[in-house]
Amino acid sequence: METALVLSTIARALAFSTPLLWAALGEIVAERSGVVNLGVEGMMILGALTGFIVAQSSGDPWLGLVAAAATGAAAALLHAFFAVILRANQYVSGLALTIFGLGLSGLIGRGWVGRPLRNAMEYVSLPFLVDIPVVGPVLFDHQYALTWWGLIVAVALWFVLQHTRIGLIVRTVGENPAAADAAGVPVLRVRIAAVVFGGVMAGIAGGFLSLAYRPSWGQGMTNGLGWIALAMAIFALWDPLRAIFAALLFGAFFTLSFSLQDRFPPQLLTMMPYLFTILALTLTSLRKGDRSFGAPEALGEPYARGER
Amino acid sequence: MIGRYKLERRGHVGPALVWGVSLAAVIVAMLLTGALFALFGVAPLAAFATLVDRTILDARGLSEVVRRAIPLMLAGVGLTLAFKARFWNIGAEGQLLIGAVAASGVALFSGLSGPLLAPAMFAAGFAAGALWGLGPALLKVRLGVNEIITTLMLNYVAIYLVRWLINGPWKGSSLSGFAYSDRFDPAAQLPTIGTTRLHWPTLTLAILAAILVAWLLARTRFGFEVRMMGESPEAARYAGVDFFRTTLALVLVSAGAAGLAGVGEVAGIHHRLVDPGSLSVGYGYTAIIVALLARKNPLGALVTALFLGWIAASGDVMQVALRLPSQITGVTQGLVLLCIIGSEPFLRYRLTRVPAAAGPTGLAPGGEAARGGETS
Repeated sequence: METALVLSTIARALAFSTPLLWAALGEIVAERSGVVNLGVEGMMILGALTGFIVAQSSGDPWLGLVAAAATGAAAALLHAFFAVILRANQYVSGLALTIFGLGLSGLIGRGWVGRPLRNAMEYVSLPFLVDIPVVGPVLFDHQYALTWWGLIVAVALWFVLQHTRIGLIVRTVGENPAAADAAGVPVLRVRIAAVVFGGVMAGIAGGFLSLAYRPSWGQGMTNGLGWIALAMAIFALWDPLRAIFAALLFGAFFTLSFSLQDRFPPQLLTMMPYLFTILALTLTSLRKGDRSFGAPEALGEPYARGER
Repeated sequence: MIGRYKLERRGHVGPALVWGVSLAAVIVAMLLTGALFALFGVAPLAAFATLVDRTILDARGLSEVVRRAIPLMLAGVGLTLAFKARFWNIGAEGQLLIGAVAASGVALFSGLSGPLLAPAMFAAGFAAGALWGLGPALLKVRLGVNEIITTLMLNYVAIYLVRWLINGPWKGSSLSGFAYSDRFDPAAQLPTIGTTRLHWPTLTLAILAAILVAWLLARTRFGFEVRMMGESPEAARYAGVDFFRTTLALVLVSAGAAGLAGVGEVAGIHHRLVDPGSLSVGYGYTAIIVALLARKNPLGALVTALFLGWIAASGDVMQVALRLPSQITGVTQGLVLLCIIGSEPFLRYRLTRVPAAAGPTGLAPGGEAARGGETS
C-alpha cells in the first residue's frame, strides 16, 4: 500500500521533472562556458508554440520536437548576439529574451489556443524493466521517451564536460577565457555554440510540455518552469549528474503538493516549489566551504581580448 | 579599423547623446514591432493609427496612459536605485503585490477610518514591500545567494499568496464568477481627477519619490556609496563602504517603492484586493525596462514610465479594438530592452573617420572634434 504510493509519486515526479531537466542541462552547458541566459523561459515558450504548430499541422509530434529545438536555438542565437558579440549585460539580454518570447508566442499563438493536439507523443514501455514485479508496471510503463532520453543525455553531458577535450575547452572558456584565448581557443565561438546548445535543450523542454505532458497550446503555459530550471542549474552546482538528482527532487516536491491538495489550500501548495527553490539556493551557498563548490569563474562576464 | 573609419572609445558622454541614442533605440524597437506584427497577420500601420487615436488623441485614453504609468513610475524609480548598486531586483512584481495585500489588510481589518486610513495604507504597503525585498537582500549580502532568482521566486510566492487570500480568508461576501475581497470603505479609496481613473495622490507620491531618490543619489553619502558599489565594488570595499548596511537600506527603499505602487492600484483603481492577473499586469517586470531605459536615472524614469505606460494602455486598446491578446505588448517591451542594450556600444564607442594624410592616430582620443556624426 505504502510502496504503491511511493512508486506512483516517483513515476509522476519523473514526468514532471523532464522539462526541468532538459532546460537545466542546457543552461548548465551555457553557464559552464561563462554565459548566463535568463531567457530560458522565453526559449521554452517559443519552443512549445512552434512545436505545437508544426506537430498539429504535420500530424507528427517528433517533427514538432525538431521545430521546437530549432526555435530554441534561434532564440538563443539572439541572446548570443547581444551577450557574447555585443558584450551587453547578460542578465538584461536574457530577461529581454524572456519578455519578448512570452509576447511573441502570444502574438503568433493567438489562433491556436484551446485546441488539443491531434497526435500527441505516446508513452513508451521499457522492455524487460517493465516486467520487474511491483516496480516495473508503475515506473517503466507510463513514461514518455523524452523522460528516459533526458537521463541519458544528462549522463552523456557529464561525460563530455568532465572527460573529453570539448568539455575541457568549454570549461576553460568559462573559467579563464583569457588563458583559453592565449591557447588558441576561439572563445566567442565556443560561447555562442554553448548558448545555442542551451537553446536547443530549452526548446526541447518546451516541446515536451506542448507535445507530451499537456498536449495543447496555452498562453504562458511554461508558467515559470524556465526560471526554476535556472535555479536548478545553480542548485546542481553546474553538474549534469547532480542535475538529475535536482530535477527528481523538484519533481517529487511538485507531485507531493498535488497529492496533498485535499488537506491544504492548493494555492499555498503551489507556492511551495518556489520557496523550496530559495531554500535550495540558500543551502547551496552554505556549502561554499566545500571544495567542490564553484561557479564558473568568468560567469556573467563578457570577454574581449585585451580588456579585463 | 574598417576601411577609413575606426572605432574609438568615447570620453565624456553628455545627457543629450544618452537621450538621443535611447530615442533611436526606441524607434528601432517600434519599427521591429511593426515588422513582426505585419509578419504575423496584424496590419501595423492601421493598428498604430488605432492606438494613437485611442490613447494619445483621446482625453480618456491619455488619462489611461498616465494611470498605467503611475505604478511604473514608483516601481521604476525604486529599481533605478537598486540597479545603480548592481542589485538585480527582479522582484518588483511581488513587492508590488505584497504592498497591495498590506494596504488591503489595513483597509479591511484595521478599524481605522477617516483621513488617517489612506496614509496608514501607504505606510503599510511600503513596509510590506520593503520586508518582501529584505529576505533576498539578506541572503545576498550574508550568503552570496543570487538575488535574481530569489527575488523572482518570491514573485510567484506573492501571486499565490494573493490568490489564497481572495479565495480563502479574505474572500468577499458578495459572490460572482471571480474571487476578490470585500470592497474598501470609501475612506480607503483614493480621489481621482474628474471621471478618469487618475488617482492623483499616488501620482504625486511617485514624483516626490523620484525627486527624493535623485537627491539621495546625487547629494548624500548614502547615494555616493550606492554609486560606488555599482561602479567599482573593489574601490567601495577599499573606501570602507558598509555593504551590508547600504545594500539593506537601498533594497528597503527600492522594494518599498514597489509596495507603494501596489497600494495605489488597490486604493486608486480596484478598491478591493483582486486577482494578481488584473491587479498588476506585469508592472513589476515592465518597471525593469523603465529603469534601464532611463539609464538608471530616477527623474528619467518618470519619462520612460510614461512611454511604457503608453505601451501598457495600448495593450488594452489592442485587446478591445483589435481583439489581440494583451500579452503581445511583451513583443514591444522585449524589443525595447534589446535595443537599449544593443545601443550601449554607441555610447561607449564612436566611429571616426581617419584623415587620409594624418594617419590613424590623427585625432586626439576622447576629443570633442568628431562628436555628432552618429548622435541620435
